[in-house]
Amino acid sequence: MKNKLKKNAQPDSESGAYTRRKFIAAAGAATTVAAMAPTLLADDVPSELGAPMRPYGERSPYEKSVRISNSPLKTTGASLSPLQDLNGTITPSALHYERHHSGVPAIDPEKHQLLVHGLVDRPLIFSIADLKRLPSVSRTHFLECAGNSTGEHLGQLGATPQLAAGLLSCSEWTGVSVTTLFKEVGVKPQAKWVLAEGADAARLARSVPMAKMMDDAMVAYSQNGEAVRPEQGYPLRLILPGWEGNINIKWLHRMELIDQPAMTRDEAAFYTDLLPSGKARQFGVMMEAKSIVTRPSGGQHLPAPGFYEITGVAWSGRATVKAVEVSTDGGISWKLATLQQPVLKHSVVRFRMPWTWDGSPATIGSRCIDESGYVQPTSRELVEVRGLAAYHHHNGIKWWNLQANGDLHA
Amino acid sequence: MVTCMRKRIAFVLFAAVSAAATGMLAQTASKNSSAIPIVGQPATPAEIKQEDITVLPNGRGLPDGSGTPDQGEAIYKDQCAGCHGDNGQGKPPTGVTLVGGIGTLATSKPVKTIGSYWPYAISVWDYIHRSMPYTEPGTLSADETYAVTAFLLFKNGIIPRDEAMNKDTLPKVRMPNRDGFIADTRPDVHDTSAATKAK
Repeated sequence: MKNKLKKNAQPDSESGAYTRRKFIAAAGAATTVAAMAPTLLADDVPSELGAPMRPYGERSPYEKSVRISNSPLKTTGASLSPLQDLNGTITPSALHYERHHSGVPAIDPEKHQLLVHGLVDRPLIFSIADLKRLPSVSRTHFLECAGNSTGEHLGQLGATPQLAAGLLSCSEWTGVSVTTLFKEVGVKPQAKWVLAEGADAARLARSVPMAKMMDDAMVAYSQNGEAVRPEQGYPLRLILPGWEGNINIKWLHRMELIDQPAMTRDEAAFYTDLLPSGKARQFGVMMEAKSIVTRPSGGQHLPAPGFYEITGVAWSGRATVKAVEVSTDGGISWKLATLQQPVLKHSVVRFRMPWTWDGSPATIGSRCIDESGYVQPTSRELVEVRGLAAYHHHNGIKWWNLQANGDLHA
Repeated sequence: MVTCMRKRIAFVLFAAVSAAATGMLAQTASKNSSAIPIVGQPATPAEIKQEDITVLPNGRGLPDGSGTPDQGEAIYKDQCAGCHGDNGQGKPPTGVTLVGGIGTLATSKPVKTIGSYWPYAISVWDYIHRSMPYTEPGTLSADETYAVTAFLLFKNGIIPRDEAMNKDTLPKVRMPNRDGFIADTRPDVHDTSAATKAK
């Protein structure tokens, strides 16, 4: 792997090089070709006072980026995060993707409690205030719906990053490590699984192996510094880093330690992957290495040849992201992108690569490589193994076709 | 469902348990001053019973009650058919198909239903009990839930029309696709790209 990266991925290689001289040349060319130099506005400073302070901030009225949903029902379905409009690694809480099975419950945090019982020494009830007394942890983790990018394997290509992979978001979560909670209740040796249940109308429930709970699970009351948003599980959400969104139980109100999985509908049937053999993969909950170029991307337009930064996001639920490679020729050659530091385990990683477009058609994509050595495959490679019926956990490479006129399509 | 846990029934008992917990805490603290105190409140058996709706594949957690396919048919028509169709055929895109598809899983057009796909009958009972009817979850009684479950198992040809489902019979129902699942076998797709081959 190391050798491969050295051989095939040189950030300073000819076509990807980004030097000051080249940038000036490119910028000059663009100015000449399209007369795009901005005219300095004479009246850009107002002669009157600005707006007053306000208790809770809103974005500029000029910013219009929103989640979109194509679900026929608004209480069961999903809304997608506008990946192409985001920068860095954190998803603004208001733009975090949504996936609900029976709507968003309205929960008074003063009345919300977490019951931990089952194979424990001391069944306990925690209020949110109780939980905030316990030692806290903050970690940045992505969440991705198991059904993200469904359709890509069928050739139903998402036209934009939002439509192709928008069931992905990343937040800094703060809460209590599950190991801390389990020390409170005392775990009996027979406990092998934990049924986690939400306080939504569906009482959505999933069984989580004890090993995951003791490894890196947390119950989060905070998202990006403020309380978890209602759509994300207010006032309490289970966070299982790197695992499919559905099992990160929202509106968490009960955890029961049990000796076997409960085989709820979502784990026994719904979030499984039916393979060509007729057998289906169960509890395949880890989200494998994946990435997507968010700029330039489908739906965008490059006004003229010249310099453009290629950027996007990468993530892996198996291991820390090790590298992201970018191709502009449909996968014939790959170059190593720069990763924004720090690279955090089970977090979204921002990658960037300087690029000068020569005006000819290009096919732009990225692939994520994680510390386990796993390389993000193509959709075709996935379909060859998994067939067309396995529509969850799709992590194929996403391509954007740049035409000579500057238009970009899936 | 959450607020009900606030009700502190058997308050005296609760206070006694709480005092015991505090005593335990004092013991722990004397051993190790950095130990984390127990901040949660003891949950009484009554409080746990009120919240615990877990059902396991071996039947643990199933309540008393009983229902037959015939009894379930009327309830199904009233409560379920609006979204899932009179015969469980589904109403895409919102009401999934519940009946049929047995034998299709390995074909190019697999039809995944309770009958063809779900490995455990208790999962049907549990899902109806916790999440259905869609707009009024939790409103069916235990008898009604057994009856609707029985009706759906009958429509899928898994139990006869006269067989009652209850906490003893339901876990013993063997679903057609009981052995249809495997554990996570990933990574199942390996990098075969030109760049990797060239290394």
